[in-house]
Amino acid sequence: MTSPTKQNAGRLLVFAILIVAGVAFVAPLAWMVSTSLKPLNETMSLPPRWIPSEIQWRNYPDAIREMGNFWLYAGNTLLVCVLSVTGTVASSALAAYGFARIEWKGREKVFWILLATMMVPFPVVMVPIYGLFKDLGWIGSFKPLWVPAFFASAFNIFLLRQFFLALPKDISEAARIDGCSEFGIFFRIILPLCKPALLVVALFQFLASWNDFLGPLIFLTEQKDFTLALALQSFQSQQGGTSWHHLMAASTLVLIPVLALFFLTQKSFIEGIATSGGKN
Amino acid sequence: MTGGERRDLATGLAFISPWIIGFLAFCAYPVASSVWFSFCDYSVLSPAVPIGAQNYIDLANDEVFWTALWNTLFFSAVAIPLGILVALALAILLNFDIPGRGVFRTIFFLPSLVPMVCLAVLWQWLLNGEVGLLNNVLNVPLEALNALLGTSLAAPNWLADARYAKWGLVFTVVWGVGNAVVIFLAGLQDVPRHLYESAEIDGAGFWQKTLHITLPVLSPVIYFNLVMGLIGSFQVFAVPYVMTGGGDGPERSLLFLATYLYQNAFDFWNMGYACAIGVILFLLILACTLVLRSLSERHVHYAGK
Repeated sequence: MTSPTKQNAGRLLVFAILIVAGVAFVAPLAWMVSTSLKPLNETMSLPPRWIPSEIQWRNYPDAIREMGNFWLYAGNTLLVCVLSVTGTVASSALAAYGFARIEWKGREKVFWILLATMMVPFPVVMVPIYGLFKDLGWIGSFKPLWVPAFFASAFNIFLLRQFFLALPKDISEAARIDGCSEFGIFFRIILPLCKPALLVVALFQFLASWNDFLGPLIFLTEQKDFTLALALQSFQSQQGGTSWHHLMAASTLVLIPVLALFFLTQKSFIEGIATSGGKN
Repeated sequence: MTGGERRDLATGLAFISPWIIGFLAFCAYPVASSVWFSFCDYSVLSPAVPIGAQNYIDLANDEVFWTALWNTLFFSAVAIPLGILVALALAILLNFDIPGRGVFRTIFFLPSLVPMVCLAVLWQWLLNGEVGLLNNVLNVPLEALNALLGTSLAAPNWLADARYAKWGLVFTVVWGVGNAVVIFLAGLQDVPRHLYESAEIDGAGFWQKTLHITLPVLSPVIYFNLVMGLIGSFQVFAVPYVMTGGGDGPERSLLFLATYLYQNAFDFWNMGYACAIGVILFLLILACTLVLRSLSERHVHYAGK
């Protein structure tokens, strides 16, 4: 048995390591915000200063102006996010139900195929998909960014299936005896019970669409259609690494909605990630 | 098949039909046509012309391709184990009963939420050779060392130096490891308490408990994170692309397979060649996953589920 003194010393050491690691993890974000509030000359000062001599809030409106149509980009991003979230929640829930709560011949084999598709990275398929969307005349529109979401994603199906499987079979049986249709059971009984899981999928998809860079890069052609991620990259490449205070302000602006969403839904969020790692 | 079974099959297929269409349109068809195009001269603008294995022969003789392949393998070989090690260590530390656990967990998780473009722009700034935060921190101990030993050590100009650019990218991966921390932490909750208690009675210390109880119980989760890390780092694109201002770094040190695929497809409109790179990328992921799988059958411990 370890002695209490030794145990306390151990916990103190753990705490000290966590403090150091915590500082290291927070420092980059703190530096980003700090830089975003500095006058230009202080961004380069040596040794670095954390607190600007005067907090320069106008970096934010300046960055918004320099990025061009910031609010238009934000609107584009939001539109793509909302459509993708709607599409993937509806279609993935349907498919996950089919994999979790109806027993049909060959189900396990088909599910195995679904898991295998997660191994196919987007760059591998992006050329034919680009060709497909080009034939449809969709290049330069938002459609390539949200239409695929209506055809379910393997990861979201996997996640929702985990939740659906956890519900007892009796619920469905009872409803079936009462003459409820399969879709009725799905829509009126199972979905309401799985609202937290649907929220998790919605959150993950929102973030994925908000963060997506490669999709907008290849499918969008005109500046006015850019999403925030693409607009930020284009702003950065125009700047060529000079106005760091404006770049950091723009980055902070793109990050804030993500952080806000996280803090509002922290509990579901963390549970969702834990589930994705094979818990249950 | 009985009537009931047939009805269940029809209902099941009806429910999964969105996925079936998506699978055919956005996975099966593109994978098949990627393979086909990889044997063609194809530019999207004109129909594909079959040219046999020419793209693969060209790839074998293309030094740039070998650079991209080497960079991808090197980056994966460093970033995946390092990321898992850091995540595992943080999760084990967070599993101790200490004040502020929730706050620490949030702190370690936050960076993994940062959108990739923001992350790239931010780290380009942090890794700046002269005024970057990282070098200003590193230079403090280095200068002390120099004063003491008369050496002239200095922190490198990360992204501008071909020898260190990939390490700069590795920092961003380690910083964004929070997702894995949360997954490991959840896995740690599944470790049966009584195992630790009986080990303590037998006089086992922290390291023995970690090695003989925690790691075996966590092994399925470690395996999961390895596979996810593998798939992610083999297709690394956005962060190095943005960090280098849409380029591939000094002496192509930040050129990865996905970058080269992108350049061939959308800068040079050499789509057949790009597809050949894609096929190789896919085969690499497949091969590595299969190797991991066979390793996991020997070393991963699944509690009687």
